[in-house]
This record gives sequence, C-alpha cells and structure tokens, in this order.
Amino acid sequence: MTDSDILVEVRDLKVHFPIKRGVIFDRTVGHVKAVDGVDLRIPRGKTYGLVGESGCGKSTLGRALLQLTPPTHGEVAFDGVELTTLPAGKLRSMRRRMQMIFQDPMSSLDPRQNVESILTEGLQTHGIGANRDERRKIISETLDKVGLPRWALSRYPHEFSGGQRQRIGIARALVLGPELIVADEPVSALDVSIQAQVVNLLDELQDSLGLTYLVIAHDLAVVRHISDTVGVMYLGALVEEAPSDRLYTEPLHPYTRALMSAVPVPDPDVEDRRERILLAGDLPSPANPPSGCRFHTRCPWAQPTRCADERPALREIGGSRVACHFAEQIASGELRPHKVEVQIVRPEDEGEAPGVVSAPSEPGSYV
Amino acid sequence: MSLLEVDDLSVTFARRGQRTVHAVDGVSFSVDAGEVVGLVGESGCGKSVTSLAIMGLLPKQPGLRVGGKAVFDGTDLLQLDDRSRRDIRGRDIAMIFQDPLSSLNPVVPIGLQVTEVLARHRGMKGDAAAKEAAALLDRVGIPDPKRRLKEYPHQLSGGMRQRALIAMAVACKPRLLIADEPTTALDVTIQAQILELLKELVRDSGTALVMITHDLGVVAGMCDTINVLYAGRVVETARRRPLFREPRHPYTVGLLGSVPRLDAGRGERLNPIPGSVRDVLPWPDGCAFAPRCSRRIDACVGEPPELVLAHDGRSYRCVNPAPLPGVEPGQEVRGAVPTEAQPGSVPAQAVPNDPPAVQGFGPAPREEEKP
Amino acid sequence: MTITTGKKEKIDRLAELAARDDERGVSLWQEAFRRLRRNPAAIIGAVILVLFVLVAVVGPFFVPYGPTDAIGIRDGVVKSGQGIIPGSSGEHWLGYDHQGRDVFSRMIVGARQTLLVGVVSTLIGLAIGALIGGVAGAAAGLGGRWGRAIDTALMRVIDMMLALPSLLLAVSIAALLGASLVTVMIAVGVVSVPVFARLLRGSMISQSHSDYVLAATSLGVKKSKIAITHVVPNSLAPVIVQATLTLATAIIEAAALSFLGLGNPDTAVPEWGVMLADAQPYLGIRPALAIYPAVAIIITALGFTLLGEAMREALDPKLRK
Repeated sequence: MTDSDILVEVRDLKVHFPIKRGVIFDRTVGHVKAVDGVDLRIPRGKTYGLVGESGCGKSTLGRALLQLTPPTHGEVAFDGVELTTLPAGKLRSMRRRMQMIFQDPMSSLDPRQNVESILTEGLQTHGIGANRDERRKIISETLDKVGLPRWALSRYPHEFSGGQRQRIGIARALVLGPELIVADEPVSALDVSIQAQVVNLLDELQDSLGLTYLVIAHDLAVVRHISDTVGVMYLGALVEEAPSDRLYTEPLHPYTRALMSAVPVPDPDVEDRRERILLAGDLPSPANPPSGCRFHTRCPWAQPTRCADERPALREIGGSRVACHFAEQIASGELRPHKVEVQIVRPEDEGEAPGVVSAPSEPGSYV
Repeated sequence: MSLLEVDDLSVTFARRGQRTVHAVDGVSFSVDAGEVVGLVGESGCGKSVTSLAIMGLLPKQPGLRVGGKAVFDGTDLLQLDDRSRRDIRGRDIAMIFQDPLSSLNPVVPIGLQVTEVLARHRGMKGDAAAKEAAALLDRVGIPDPKRRLKEYPHQLSGGMRQRALIAMAVACKPRLLIADEPTTALDVTIQAQILELLKELVRDSGTALVMITHDLGVVAGMCDTINVLYAGRVVETARRRPLFREPRHPYTVGLLGSVPRLDAGRGERLNPIPGSVRDVLPWPDGCAFAPRCSRRIDACVGEPPELVLAHDGRSYRCVNPAPLPGVEPGQEVRGAVPTEAQPGSVPAQAVPNDPPAVQGFGPAPREEEKP
Repeated sequence: MTITTGKKEKIDRLAELAARDDERGVSLWQEAFRRLRRNPAAIIGAVILVLFVLVAVVGPFFVPYGPTDAIGIRDGVVKSGQGIIPGSSGEHWLGYDHQGRDVFSRMIVGARQTLLVGVVSTLIGLAIGALIGGVAGAAAGLGGRWGRAIDTALMRVIDMMLALPSLLLAVSIAALLGASLVTVMIAVGVVSVPVFARLLRGSMISQSHSDYVLAATSLGVKKSKIAITHVVPNSLAPVIVQATLTLATAIIEAAALSFLGLGNPDTAVPEWGVMLADAQPYLGIRPALAIYPAVAIIITALGFTLLGEAMREALDPKLRK
C-alpha cells in the first residue's frame, strides 16, 4: 500500500480533559485521559471501525480527528495536510472534505430549521452553488441519494421518524461532497428494522461515491458488518486492530475475546454453544487508569510479570496489531484464563460538569 | 395451569381532541413457573406498556383504559385494588427497569432501600434485615457488600446499580420477575454479566422471568418462549429454536434479516424492513404490518388476520406466512380459518408458491449461518 | 377483482400517510401556538390580558368623570373627615374615594399607568438582561481565555445584583434617582435584569453544547455565525416565557413602590398602588376602596402568569410528542 492511498493518518493522538475544582479560581486537579496515544491509518475508500465500551474514548477520538475537540498532543494528517496546526480559516474550508454523522438524529438537527435550510447551510458556508436554484438542484440530488422524498424540504426535523432524521443527518454530510465521513454511533439510536436500512444506505453510498468512513460504535456486530478494518479501544488506547474477518476468527487481545464473547447473537444454537468470557467488574476510571497494561485489572490472562508495570505497545502479529505482552502464548493456549477479583470502580463524571449529583457524599447524613 | 395468564389485554389512551391510541390491543400470553418468556419488539410495539399494565404501574390519567385479564396464580391482577396489588408487587412479582439510576432513590443508601423491601414484605428488622441485605448484594455479585450497603446509588457504576436493583427485586424470592430492557443502558461486557446473573437466578430459584427487550440476541440466549409484538399485538409466538430457525411471520423474518450478526462476513447485505414503525395500518382495517410487508397479498387488508395455531404450539397472526421448509401445507393445524378464504379453495396462508406481492422478495429464513 | 384493487389503494394511501406533499412543514413556533390554543389556562389568561389592554388603551377616552375631579367634595356628598364616603350608586358605579373622586374612572385610567409601567420596566429588564446574558453566553460559548474572563466578570456583577433583595434594590434606586414615573420603571426593570441575564446565558451555554452546534461546526460554519443563527434563536423560548411572567411581578412591584410613596410624585395621577395606599386610612369605613385596586392587580398579574405558564408548557420540548 503506497502512502497516497492513505487518506487519514493519526499519530500518537492524545486528548486529555482537565478536571477542575474550586469555588472562585478553577484549579486543575487531574486529567481525564479520554484518548491517550492512538495511531491509526485509514486507506481511501475503506471503512475503519472503532469499537469499544462507553468511556473508552472512541467518540472523543473521532471528534479530535476532525479537530472538533482540540487534541492535546499528536498529529492528524488528512490527505497529506496536517490538521492540528492548520489555521482556523483553512481548517474551516477543509471541513468540506470531512464530515460527521451523529448518534442522535434529533439533537444533531436544529429544531428551528427546516430541511432545506439545514442542507443549504453547508453549501452557503463553502460557496457551493452559485444561486438558489443551483443549490436546490444539489440538495434534491442529495435527497435522492439518501432516499428522502422532495416534500421533505419544507418540513422540520420533529415531523420525521428516527430513521428519516438520520437520513437528513447523512444528507447534510453528503451535500458537501466529502471524502471522509466520521459516523459516531450512526445507528444505535434507531429501531432494529431501521438500523439495517441505514447500514445498507451507508454501504451503498460508499460503493457509489467512494467514501472513506470512520465508523464509531459500541455494537461490535454493526462495526464488523460495515468495516474493513476494526480497531478495538479500551480506556483511551487501541488494544487491537485487525481486518474485520480476522478479528472475528482470530481475536488476539483478551479484551477483544471478552467483548466478542459478550455480544449476543440472534441464533439459539450459537448462543448455547458459545463460551462466555465474563469480565469481572467495570471499566476503570480514565482519570486514573491502571498502571502498565490498562486491562490487567480485569484480564483473565493477566500475568504477575510485565502486565502491571509495563504498558504494552501495539505490535504486529499476523495481519493484526495487538497491544498485549502475551498474545502469542494466549493464542496457542499456553496461558490459561484464571479468576479475577472484582475491583470496585467509582463512576466518573469524565471532566464534564462535575458535581451534577446532588446527593450527599458523606454516607449517612440523610438517614 | 400457568403462573401468569395474560388474556386479551388491551390498553387504550384516549385524549381529548386527539385520536385514541391503542397501545396494547388484545395481547395474550402465558408464563409457566420457572419459564423465561420474551416479549420482543421495536419501540412503540406495546411491550413495556403490557408489563406496566400487568403490574398496575401505568400512570393514572383520564382516558386510560385497561381491558382483558392478567391472572396470576388464580387472581386477576387487573381487578385488584391498589392495596392488595401493592402486596403482590414486590412479594410475588418484582420488576427490573432499564435505567437503574432513576429506579433507585438517589438520597437513600442502597442498604436502606433493600432493607425497606425486606421490612415491608418479609417483616424483617434491624440486624437481621441488614444481614439479609448484605447476603442479597453478595448473591448478585456486588463485592464487599457490607460497605456497599451504606453507599448511595450515584457512588455505584451502572452495572453495580443494576445488580442492586436486581437484589431488591429478588429480595422476597418472587415467583415472577419482569425485566424491562434490563441491559439496554449497559455496555456489552456488563450486559453479559447481568444476563448471566439473571439466568443463574432463574435456574437456582425457579423464578419465572418475563424478558422485555428489543434485542433478538438477548432473547436467543435466554428465553424459552418468545412473543413477537407489533403495533400492540402479538404477531408470532414460538419456542426459541423454531422461532429463529423458521420464523413464520414476515415481521419476525424482517427483524432477523435486519440484525447484523457478529458471525456473518463483512459486506453481506442486510434485509431491512422498508418504511418505519409509523407506517401502520390500524388493526381493524387489516394487518398492521401490511404497509411494510414484502409478502403482502390482497387478503391482508380489510380484516385483521386471526391468530393461526400451528402444529408445535406456535402461532402467528398472518394470512401469508413465510414458507416452512419441509412441512407440507396440509399438515398444519389451523386454529382459525383466514377470513378471506372461500369454501373449497386453498387457504391463503397454505399456498407455498404464492408469488410474492413485491418483486425481489427473498429473505429466506437464515437458520444455517455458521461462522 | 375490483374490491381487491380498492384495498390495494387503501394500503397505498395508508402507507403514504406521511406523504402529504402539498402541506408545508409545521415549525416549532407554529406547533407551540397550536398547543397554546388548546390549553384552557392560556385562553383564560389571554382573555384577561386582552380585556386589560383594551381597558388601559381605550378606556381613558370614555371615562364618565375626570379621574382627578373632586366632584364628591364639590357636591358636598363626600366628607372624609367625618367618615362619609358614599359607596356605589347608579351614577358612580364604584362610589367615591376620600377626595370625592370617581373610583371607576380612576381605576380605568390607573390601568393605563399600570400597563405602561409593567411593559416598559419589563422591556428595560429584558433589554439589559438579554444584552448582558447574550454577551456572557456567547463569550462562554466561544471559550478561550478572554471568553471565559468576560463571562466570569459579567456573571459576578449579576451575582451581586441578585444578592440584594429585589424590592430593596428598587427602593434604593428610586430613592437615589428621586421619585418619578421613570424611576419606578427603571427600578422595577433593573430588578429583573439578573433573571433575564442568567436565563439567556444558561440557555445559550446549554444550547452551544448541543449536537447541532457541533454539526454546524463540522460543516465549517464560523462560531460567530453559529451563535447568531443557531444558539440565540434556540435559547429565546425560556426568555420569552420569563418576560411574560415578569410582567406580572413588575406590575405588583410597581404597585408596591407606589404604595411606599416612591412612585409618581404627582399623586393626582391615578395608579393602582397609590389608590391602595390612599385607601389605607379608610379601611375601617370603606374597605372596598382598597379591594378594588387590589383585585385589579391580582387579576392582571394572574392573567400574565396563566399565559406565561401555558407558554412554558407549549414551548417545552420535553412535552412535545
């Protein structure tokens, strides 16, 4: 693969959110390491799927890639252009080439704009289409592509069903003719039967327009279905990256194995046969991640040596990249899983709006 | 005699100046002791309203009408007064909700919330109650239960909160547990933990479980019998394996075709159901699913399809069901004759070679997909 | 097969229920207005307010007697020193006041004063409050060191205003500027500034965290343009509701200031609060003199409150289906 085939290259990307406390003067007491050193490359015309549980930093990574959240550290090259150091004006015109699809189609559409105005906004911003008629033509073509009727133009978002709203969101991204689309949980807010429509639509659009996707989702089945390459994230870092089929047939990282075994399959025979790897406890706080391998506190294969004190780097094994010291030994069956003690994890506010919970922090004061 | 027998349950919301909403429209199903029954459907299919109606938890408002019967162990729950219903709730029937945080009182420690249940239904007090509460938390897999008792809901993670809620639900060893999307708000690895816990509880205590979910995968791994709901009615009932292997109702077929499977390869096209849940035909005018159905025939419109009882205890509400491979049409026992069938003619649903109403129909039951 | 084709049409029609392409979309404001019309509380409030505005605007041209004419004393019917203040009669519907003036005429002319003070003071509060809140909200939304500094500075000023009890603040302003009608308006208006400022700022900040703002950013729209086209319009609903509710409190506060003697120094000009104060010494003889303005104030405030609450309900996105 030559370098020109790579549309997006992310190097050592970090996004740390400060945790602030204080009444009058804010004091930084720590950092939530939402994304903590991610490298990935997305070839042109392909789909890269990012999967992980809530709080693993996958959404932040997607936003940081598009420079919607400023990265703390690292580089993002889009078609050879370094985005992190790009001046604001240049970045804005660059946005035409990289668009985003959001999880919640309702909240990502301005409730006071009708569909025409939603779709025109981007065109006007980038000066596409000389006049109203020309823009109307572009918009109508886009509506056809996403399967929305023409009468949608004068309607407002609340008048559509969830699936149709998501189509409006897709149309808003498509109307600018982008090369990269970052889709953050594009189907998780939709009903099952509608999910499939949107997944198929994304597939068709990629075929016909040659789009490059970064699909972010918590649903491994959806991600695997739609992606060429899948990256699995845990606590702000990639733990494994593999071609979609290989990830399923040969998961190397213990977390991938656990994740894979936890996804329910709508087939009783498969369900009865599979062996679940139940992880103990919850995701540790990204403000205070475990030392060494971030997964070692929950890993059924964790070893007394290395795991707790040496952070594994992504290394290539076969066609996959995996961040585990003992991936080969686990794959060969040399290492056996063992029982893991549950460690209590406190829910974190992830740096946003701390102190939402009004209940007393001292036990017993209300009793 | 089933533990819970829901018969022709209907819930309507009538609002002044607006169309009456039939949220649940003649739902019948039964739950045996120790059985896991699934109610599956998409948003708006009435699955949650069904459970709330059975529990008498629907918000009281003018225009709400609940009809039919829900017989639990000989008593019709719908006829009970509030007091005796409260007695049954928590003691004999318990419920688990989707959002554990809003189901727990944020300013009362977990321990007190559990002991409250114990005090109300089992008359336990003081140290005995505290001890039992700790034992319950331990049983649902909450580590260091004695300390957790003093903590508040916001101090626990989502998975732990759901465990606490399950502990409260099983505190009185209920005979029936209703779980309404218990894992939807949780991550997959946590979901696996909770589902495993529920399975264990059912296995160990013989509690019957009604599992309400939109996730066919969850159902496939847990339920003995599955009811598929659409627009307020049960459209198909079957045991687990037959339902997934040979779905008969086109809606079930469509649902199964819509879900991307972990064990399917990249790029396999999904077979979604066209349209949206909003495109329903009111039941009295025919089959509610007809506007989205790929097997629609003329007989689908005009009158609502009757529930057809098939040979192995399964039933479906369709006049033109998906063909069953290897079964002769004549072998099926029909509980009701399709309304459009003329005497002497072949009943509509028994014609296996009917041309599909829409060109390009072809989601055959995908039963033999192996990784 | 004619019947079945008929059925087919029925299906197609039902499937295309949503496809009424001749109809234009219904915007949020239109939908809110529809909901408002269905709410009985809104109708009652609106009827009260329409009557009130009508009386206040047109009424003074049709009053039977001059509101400042001491007819009762001239005619020798009213002798307040001896406690003789006649009540309602065919000619004087609400009777005389202690200076022998026709109460009915004074009530109607007083309505105009009340409306004037209520509306102008609310507009003063809304204008200043929205300006401060809008700047603070935009600054906070834009972020950066300066944005946060501006926001913090403005909000500390607002906090200080909030720390003073509203009536006390109004009294001090009125005392500082000297009693006049303008002073009352400014005093009552300034009191509502912090409410509007905080409301708009909070609303703007929560809107600027919403997904559609992020979507606009990802389209490449400038931050300043996003603030104007997306954030502000979506933040206005609670402010408009609050303005309606503030009208009610403004009327009460204006009456209170007049009652305390800090209103219009020209006491001859009828004003409900002044009338209430004037009636005080005669409560034992003719309590009705106090009851009329009091009831008028209550009903007007109730009208604004009913309409405001109904608007809050109609505009609440959570209650929307």
